[in-house]
Amino acid sequence: MNEAGNTATPDRMHLPPAVVEMQDIYKIYGSGATEVRALDGVSLTIRAGEFVAIMGPSGSGKSTCMNILGCLDVPSSGAYRFRGVEVGGLDRDELALLRRNFMGFVFQSFNLLPRISALGNVELPLIYEGVKPARRHQLAMQALATVGLAGRAHATSAQLSGGQQQRIAIARALVTEPPVLLADEPTGNLDTAMAGEIMKELVSIREQRGITILMVTHEPDIARYADRVLFFTDGKLVRDGTPAEVIP
Amino acid sequence: MRALDTMGMSVQAIARNKLRSFLTTLGIIIGVASVVAMVHLGQSATRSVTEQIASIGSNLLFVMPGTAQRGPGGVRTNAENFELADVEAIRNEVDGILVAPALTTSATVVIGNANDTIPVIGTTNQYFAVRNHYLAYGREFEATELSSGAAVCIIGKTLIDEMFLGQEPLGSSIRVGRTACRVIGVLEEKGESMGQDRDKTILMPVKAVQRRLVGELDVSAIYVSALADGTTGTVQAQIESLLRQRRGASTGAADDFYVRDTQDIAQALESTTNTLTILLGAIAAVSLLVGGIGIMNIMLVSVTERTREIGIRLAIGARARDVLTQFLVESIALSTLGGFIGLILGVGGTWLVTWKLDMPLVISPPVMLTGFSFSVAIGIIFGFFPARKAALLNPIDALRHE
Ligand SMILES: Nc1ncnc2c1ncn2[C@@H]1O[C@H](COP(=O)(O)OP(=O)(O)OP(=O)(O)O)[C@@H](O)[C@H]1O
Ligand SMILES: [Mg+2]
Repeated sequence: MNEAGNTATPDRMHLPPAVVEMQDIYKIYGSGATEVRALDGVSLTIRAGEFVAIMGPSGSGKSTCMNILGCLDVPSSGAYRFRGVEVGGLDRDELALLRRNFMGFVFQSFNLLPRISALGNVELPLIYEGVKPARRHQLAMQALATVGLAGRAHATSAQLSGGQQQRIAIARALVTEPPVLLADEPTGNLDTAMAGEIMKELVSIREQRGITILMVTHEPDIARYADRVLFFTDGKLVRDGTPAEVIP
Repeated sequence: MRALDTMGMSVQAIARNKLRSFLTTLGIIIGVASVVAMVHLGQSATRSVTEQIASIGSNLLFVMPGTAQRGPGGVRTNAENFELADVEAIRNEVDGILVAPALTTSATVVIGNANDTIPVIGTTNQYFAVRNHYLAYGREFEATELSSGAAVCIIGKTLIDEMFLGQEPLGSSIRVGRTACRVIGVLEEKGESMGQDRDKTILMPVKAVQRRLVGELDVSAIYVSALADGTTGTVQAQIESLLRQRRGASTGAADDFYVRDTQDIAQALESTTNTLTILLGAIAAVSLLVGGIGIMNIMLVSVTERTREIGIRLAIGARARDVLTQFLVESIALSTLGGFIGLILGVGGTWLVTWKLDMPLVISPPVMLTGFSFSVAIGIIFGFFPARKAALLNPIDALRHE
């Protein structure tokens, strides 16, 4: 990333700062004949405020890329910088703090801790931050209200629909007001109508807070909510552009 | 993360699975309860032995004819009994003691329609102080009764209960062997001591027993009580050399009498019960250990079951140490709970057993504290490995876990 070389171009100067920068990232499972290159030399930069969809066929390395972006997994080789910090040099606890302070996660399924209420789930990140109960209750209720589920605060995941569970997972991801939201197929288990609702939720949250969203999805319709699409094939980033450019 | 929240999480996890939590702690409950009960009961047994010895008379020496060999091999049949003159000699030559002769026999006693074989002890008024067994009411022997060997007797409580059937015994006449004997006093109740009913006895002047019951002018034992604590050793030595002289023992030959100290007996018995206490406590401690392994087992299962949960926690910002403390606190809470319940059961069991067996109730705070801290320690030790396993999980592996 030779920023110095770009300073001459006026419109580049006004670009927001890079949130994530991957350079030549490899993730290799196994060795020899059984070697799998889940990521095969990926380089990419995502800037603050972008809404990026990651697409590609099954097994193309989308989740692997997402997990490395979210500091849940480490690459076999390559450099990864998150907000300018070289992640490879951080220990487990530093990575945990990075996730706690700067990232919110939404997974495809089984997002919520079972037998704990929706409120309890949303409060969880605040508990790890050491926020006092009264304040944390207030923040969690606000987050639930944002996703329109304040009324279901005391329901457990068994008593909630799939869409409601995903919205609560979004509330939990956003309750600490992280600058980056990572979602791996957040609508993968939902029907089209419910998926649409979740996407509208994400879009409106992004408009309100200006956060960066990275989202893995299979569905072109879902990807169209993003303003940039990365397309993976066999662990390689093969296309990068607006939805109109990338999605046929 | 606040300590209170960590505790809250653990309590939630325990409460969520009540039956399993209970079964997990059962090992600890049983372990702590048995440690606490065993050690307490052992101490109670020691105390009861000590009390019984004290009730026989403290600083008491028994001087017996025969050889001092203990156990069934003892040869004492052909040793001669003592004489009253030996008793007088001890009284005159050894300082700081009380001494009482005893000529022990047993006789058929008839009271009204009741008859029974009762141990009879011929002695003097010093008996009461030496044996720490005093009159409940009535009077001691008079000097003339002692010197003439009058047919008077002092009886134990059992005779009143079983033969007088509760009637007032003082002044009445009872038949002891072939002698009609007037009751002048009643001994205070002593109860059982080392398997003997000490209230089933009759005291008579030593000369009365010699002439009227035994027909021999000797004494079968001499009871000596040292007045000052810690002097039984010197008293014993003095008595031994005196009797050696008087009985004309040739130098080098074995004594034909022996002196036994109640302190010796007490110490021997105490060390036996102490050994027993340690042994029982150790066995109980092993069961506590097994309980700890039970906790570890369940915690390992729990970590495996909750791997995905751990993954989610790690993803949303839990550090390794947060996960570690969560599981550690959970196992400590389980074992502490078990320890607490075990403590209550152990003390309750001790109380029940001592009450049923009529033993002194000993409740020792150090024992309770030790048992309890043991259970907490076991929670820490056996909880650490599973907790560490949880904490070292990779976020992505944990999240992928099926
Ligand atoms: N732990 C692992 N061990 C071995 N191979 C793995 C492991 N995780 C992923 N892979 C392999 O890496 C490749 C990429 O997997 P990844 O989960 O990133 O795919 P994906 O694009 O998310 O697919 P999907 O759309 O089905 O979720 C696959 O071939 C997969 O088999
Ligand atoms: Mg995937």
